[in-house]
Amino acid sequence: MPQEILATFNVRRLSILDPDGNVDEALMPELPDAELRRMYEMMVLLRTYDNRALALQREGRLGTYPPSFGQEAAQIGSAFALKPTDWVFPSFREVGIHLTLGYPIAQLYQYWAGDERGQRGPDHLNIFPFCVSVGTHLPHAVGAALAARYRKDPVAVAVFFGDGATSKGDFHEAFNMAGALNAPVVFVCQNNQWAISIPVREQTAAATLAQKAFGYGFEGIQVDGNDVLAVYRGVKEALDRARDGGGPTFVECLTYRMADHTTADDAARYRPPEEVASWRERDPLLRLERFLARRGLWDEAYRNQVQEQVQQTVDAGVRAMEEIPPPERSDLFTYTAAAPTPRQAAQLEES
Amino acid sequence: MSEMTYRDALNLALKEEMRRDPRVITFGEDVALYEGSFKVTRGLLAEFGEDRVRDSPISENTIAGVAIGAAMGGMRPVAELMTINFALLAMDQLINHMAKVRYMFGGQVFLPMVVRMPSGGGSQLAAQHSQSLETYFMHCPGMRIAYPATPADAKGLLKTAIRDDNPVVFIEHEILYNSKGEVPEDPEFLVPFGVCNVMREGTDVTIVGYGRMAVLSLMAAAELEKEGISCEVIDLRTLNPLDEATFLKSAARTGRAVVVEECWRTAGLGADIACRIFENCFDRLLAPVKRVSGLDVPMPYSRKLEKLCIPSVAGIVEAVREVMAASY
Ligand SMILES: Cc1ncc(C[n+]2csc(CCOP(=O)(O)OP(=O)(O)O)c2C)c(N)n1
Ligand SMILES: [Mg+2]
Repeated sequence: MPQEILATFNVRRLSILDPDGNVDEALMPELPDAELRRMYEMMVLLRTYDNRALALQREGRLGTYPPSFGQEAAQIGSAFALKPTDWVFPSFREVGIHLTLGYPIAQLYQYWAGDERGQRGPDHLNIFPFCVSVGTHLPHAVGAALAARYRKDPVAVAVFFGDGATSKGDFHEAFNMAGALNAPVVFVCQNNQWAISIPVREQTAAATLAQKAFGYGFEGIQVDGNDVLAVYRGVKEALDRARDGGGPTFVECLTYRMADHTTADDAARYRPPEEVASWRERDPLLRLERFLARRGLWDEAYRNQVQEQVQQTVDAGVRAMEEIPPPERSDLFTYTAAAPTPRQAAQLEES
Repeated sequence: MSEMTYRDALNLALKEEMRRDPRVITFGEDVALYEGSFKVTRGLLAEFGEDRVRDSPISENTIAGVAIGAAMGGMRPVAELMTINFALLAMDQLINHMAKVRYMFGGQVFLPMVVRMPSGGGSQLAAQHSQSLETYFMHCPGMRIAYPATPADAKGLLKTAIRDDNPVVFIEHEILYNSKGEVPEDPEFLVPFGVCNVMREGTDVTIVGYGRMAVLSLMAAAELEKEGISCEVIDLRTLNPLDEATFLKSAARTGRAVVVEECWRTAGLGADIACRIFENCFDRLLAPVKRVSGLDVPMPYSRKLEKLCIPSVAGIVEAVREVMAASY
């Protein structure tokens, strides 16, 4: 018997917008000018929010903070692809999703200032709490997707995680179960190429992360993660497919972590400066500016206006955060269960 | 003797043991170039090279499993889990395998391995990064558990752990890394397992602690001395084997005992220790044994609330006063 080839796979890569702002018209998603501008405004908001977080951290007003710098397109493009009824399971580096969906800035800062009540979001937003454990929320997303299908709720679930999370057992088991049970879930990886000091090539021997999905029976696609249009298109197609019963998809957004892992890290100790510099040229925000300028949707005056407006929004968020009263001793056990146990009640008395 | 930090003492122990025995290797997340998230593996990659000092992908259960396999394969691995909180992801390998391999192979196979894990609260790292899970390991037979309180013990216990033919869970306290103390330079300096450290002798009350709790107990004892209360402070050093003889003798002599545990009170290790004291010293006790524990709540992110959840010097002082005042 001759040997046969039983399966072959092609890993697609999607990019629409090049670093100079030229667009591939054939792939250009249908987005009205106002939406294109709103994308830009959200990316500026994220960067401004992020810079302010770093400043607040330096002043001791925020705890350890993981910046999003460089990953604005991957986050904002994904957020634009979501419908308000979809469900989101974020990791700890996705505040761009929150900002786009209208999560109160004050509460985001409140959380990173060390107050979990910041995670108690507005009831109309389907955003789950940040997952600070790496990759442990992928199974939750699969479960939520199966629950939605059981309820006959035609929504999709999007779960966000980093390249490092792809090494976790939770990643592989969640992928497998999502594939086997045809769950309406979209796995979005922000491959920023670093997990603290470990580069992605040491995280896996696979040439792409996207290809991992094929082993579990569904498609993985890589998109240019610094191209907000490609991210939008890739994630939107995946979400549409999930809502239509087509099952899971994995979208790998290839981007770069421009900043330190967190404010407690110094990436200069382990990253070559040339590598960081080469990604600076691929700045997702610059790219979108160039594109918008070509379309007559961007000029310096518009940029200044956006920056000023965003600055005001962020300032207002910081002020509102500072007005939130700190938690009280009496709050200690309030959130552990519907009612504290007798022992907890006694401990509250004693504390 | 030379003065060094708890961190440097651990680092020295690793270096000395790696120089002494080429079978000692270390691996874990960010341990090589990054030198560990708490810098305990500083200089190891430079001195011992990539074959013996390796970064691993973010795969905690497999880090533990690979250590087991490497130990079976003739190495003496020292695996690092970034913190004890992530040991929960490795619990199947640690409890179901590491702790049972020798038993299930009728003693034919043994695991000379160490799993190091920083632990403890107090750094405002919230509910999933601040836990004190030592009791989880203590509850399971089949492994050794060391938890140094001082730089000297950090060095001596880690060296003993690496030379031990049993699997060892080695717990380090994140807040103690910068604490300083005298550490013997002798590369043969070992601290045996199963021997408590009587940190301070006293006559009125016995305080039993471990890790950072032992350090706080010592500070409380200094406060209480001003009130004329003489405390004997005992650091357990290893939670398994547990040297009960030392603290039982002490409690029988003083007639009063306070147990300080960083973990949650409910079914915590303090309950076991208090029970041993009741079982063995009942007729010598002048007052009921008291526990000072972490509150039974996920660790709050808020600094203000977090402080209330972790035993403090003031809390220990208060407990000792209560024990001194109480009587049957
Ligand atoms: C289960 C688990 N292991 C280890 C850690 C410590 N840790 C926090 S972030 C991180 C790296 C994550 O890298 P990646 O998934 O690529 O996300 P990124 O930080 O790049 O956004 C690690 C190892 C953790 N939080 N959870
Ligand atoms: Mg990453």
